[in-house]
Amino acid sequence: MKIINEMKISFLSKSENEGFARSAVCAFAALLDPGIEDIADIRTAVSEAVTNCIVHAYRGTQGKIDITAKILEGREIYIRIKDSGCGIENVEQAMEPLFTTAPAEERSGLGFSVMESFMDKLSVKSTPGKGTTVIMRKKLENQDE
Amino acid sequence: MAVRIISEDNRTVAMLSGEIDHHSAKGMRQEIDFALRESQPSELVLDFSEVGFMDSSGIGLVMGRYKLMQEISGKVIVKNPSDHIRKVMRLSGIDRLAAIRNG
Repeated sequence: MKIINEMKISFLSKSENEGFARSAVCAFAALLDPGIEDIADIRTAVSEAVTNCIVHAYRGTQGKIDITAKILEGREIYIRIKDSGCGIENVEQAMEPLFTTAPAEERSGLGFSVMESFMDKLSVKSTPGKGTTVIMRKKLENQDE
Repeated sequence: MAVRIISEDNRTVAMLSGEIDHHSAKGMRQEIDFALRESQPSELVLDFSEVGFMDSSGIGLVMGRYKLMQEISGKVIVKNPSDHIRKVMRLSGIDRLAAIRNG
């Protein structure tokens, strides 16, 4: 897996940074001249992952969210979103569609479902008390075809 | 303003605009619910014509208003969502609860 390009951003878990984070990752992905649908998929998946950090990982507190994005050989985008928040006790359960621990805030429980269906690959690693790392990958359509 | 609300007869139209995420959804929700409590309409139209982006927070927004409208025996219509917003909605199955209309 050859890395063609890479960027890193780090920001506080404030909800106004949700828009900043998805725009920053999309601006980086735009270097590959992606199609509208691919960029919308990436924008939505990043928004879900970052929102999870703010709503769940750092619930009632504030911490840092680190994003590393890489452009890999073969028009593939790699995105890692890492927090040092509370972690997830049961990742499998958290990834079930419609499962939410925050129904009163109208969280739909579809964050991971969106990431899974809009990206090609999704991996979630979490240690309770230490934090969660989400890695997503997507091969972008070739615009010439 | 992210929501413009027009209430007429038994119908409340909420014209949403901008980006719907966890950050913006709360304010939109409060404004729509205030209007619904005031006018108790039989139909709520959520107009997405001016919404450029929506993540699953928008699903929560539609789903919550659907429940509220059910309590007053009303219905929800989702108007003019973009192709991508439609894709997010399909994932949640919300298209089976609220009618989606274009035009």
